[in-house]
Amino acid sequence: MNLKLFSVASFLMVALVFNPAWAQEAPEVDRSATGGAQTLEDIMARQKQLEVDESFRSENLGDPASAPPIRDELGTLGGRSDADVWRGIRYNELDPETQVRGPAVDVLIQDEGMPWLEFREGPLINYGGGAIIGFLVLLVIFYFVRGKIRIEGGPSGKKIERFKAIERFGHWLLAGSFIALALTGLLTLMGRSFLIPVIGHEAFSTLAIGSKWIHNNIAWSFMLGLVLTFCMWVVHNIPNKLDWQWLKAGGGIFSDSHPSAKKFNAGQKIIFWTVMILGVSVSLSGLSLLFPFQLPMFADTFGFINSILGTDFPTALAPHEEMQYANTWHSIVAFLMMLAIIAHIYIGSVGMEGAFDAMGNGQVDLEWARQHHDLWVEEVQARQGKGESS
Amino acid sequence: MKVMIAGFVAALVIAFLAPVILDQFGWSTAEQYSSESVRLD
Ligand code: HEM
Repeated sequence: MNLKLFSVASFLMVALVFNPAWAQEAPEVDRSATGGAQTLEDIMARQKQLEVDESFRSENLGDPASAPPIRDELGTLGGRSDADVWRGIRYNELDPETQVRGPAVDVLIQDEGMPWLEFREGPLINYGGGAIIGFLVLLVIFYFVRGKIRIEGGPSGKKIERFKAIERFGHWLLAGSFIALALTGLLTLMGRSFLIPVIGHEAFSTLAIGSKWIHNNIAWSFMLGLVLTFCMWVVHNIPNKLDWQWLKAGGGIFSDSHPSAKKFNAGQKIIFWTVMILGVSVSLSGLSLLFPFQLPMFADTFGFINSILGTDFPTALAPHEEMQYANTWHSIVAFLMMLAIIAHIYIGSVGMEGAFDAMGNGQVDLEWARQHHDLWVEEVQARQGKGESS
Repeated sequence: MKVMIAGFVAALVIAFLAPVILDQFGWSTAEQYSSESVRLD
């Protein structure tokens, strides 16, 4: 990963900079013309990403030991000039104090912000957006090639209850909030690049403020929907042998066959677990973003991953870096979920005759149910035979 | 379909309640970034 490479590289750079042996070996730059300050040569070397010995700057931090009295020149800064102070901040050699209260206020310069921003404005938009558009195009092609999956022999006209009202309520609470989150999230990520050029800053500002309000607040509905649907459906989503048969038959999508299934087939179980696992992950990283600096999660997560895989992810993260990782992860997981959900919406609406009714009014056609969930129909009818409800 | 609308409405109701409830716990940005001696409103 880019960020990881960057952290390793910056660690190496810092190690080299503070390594006196290296400092001696470095070719001497003549800085007499600038009185010891950096020269054009230094700047050019940095731009060429050469390893520059920065000790002439990082160690040039003024002289607090012989600071003049408080009323003298430089007295109030404790023997440092403004430039000395900023160099100290730049190289993390000062321990700043501030009267501002709040979390992370003593971080004045944070290098990892740039790679985060560049990743967000570049690869994230390009690959994330590209994947969604590409997937939509594939689905349209699929629709025209395969067509709608019909109820063979047509609907029977008889109905069977598939989902109770509370189940449908949970589903639509989850679905409604997810779609709102997806749209406002995409607007937050992409609005700057694509909307400001079209509608201008003022209009976008209003839109972005509203969109942020929706995104932050409707997240709670999503989390509630996630918990509700998990509790109601998890028993029907435990994988079993039947799922393997179903997957081997490709769900019957390409062959027009109808592999056996109980209440949820293997494809639906995949959607269920994708939504649950990614949903929890997107919620956790979202909470971490919603309460800035209060719920840092990545240092611990990286430490845990390192201890298992022997990897070398950074575990000493600045507060803002924690937020940047949370943000990056939040968007990646959200994109994966959007892809899964686009497929789900397709098959639950235009892709399959009779499917939408299950979540529409809860009553599906008996013939649809027999073709897609034969074993479930048998179970329900057996229970009804005994006088129990579905 | 009624249940679907109910789900959407509930999502919105929760969204409107959330900031009101969170503010009770002092989680607003302004409160996070100010010390005890600052009067916010
Ligand atoms: C307009 C959008 C949507 C439509 C038309 C739709 C439709 C459906 C239908 C018809 C079912 C029942 C399938 C059956 O009878 O077995 C279902 C189930 C389900 N839906 Fe949705 N849905 C939508 C959006 C969402 C969203 C956004 C999520 C989650 C973020 C979601 C999560 C689920 C889950 C977990 C199930 C159970 C597993 C499954 O059947 O795959 N749905 N949906």
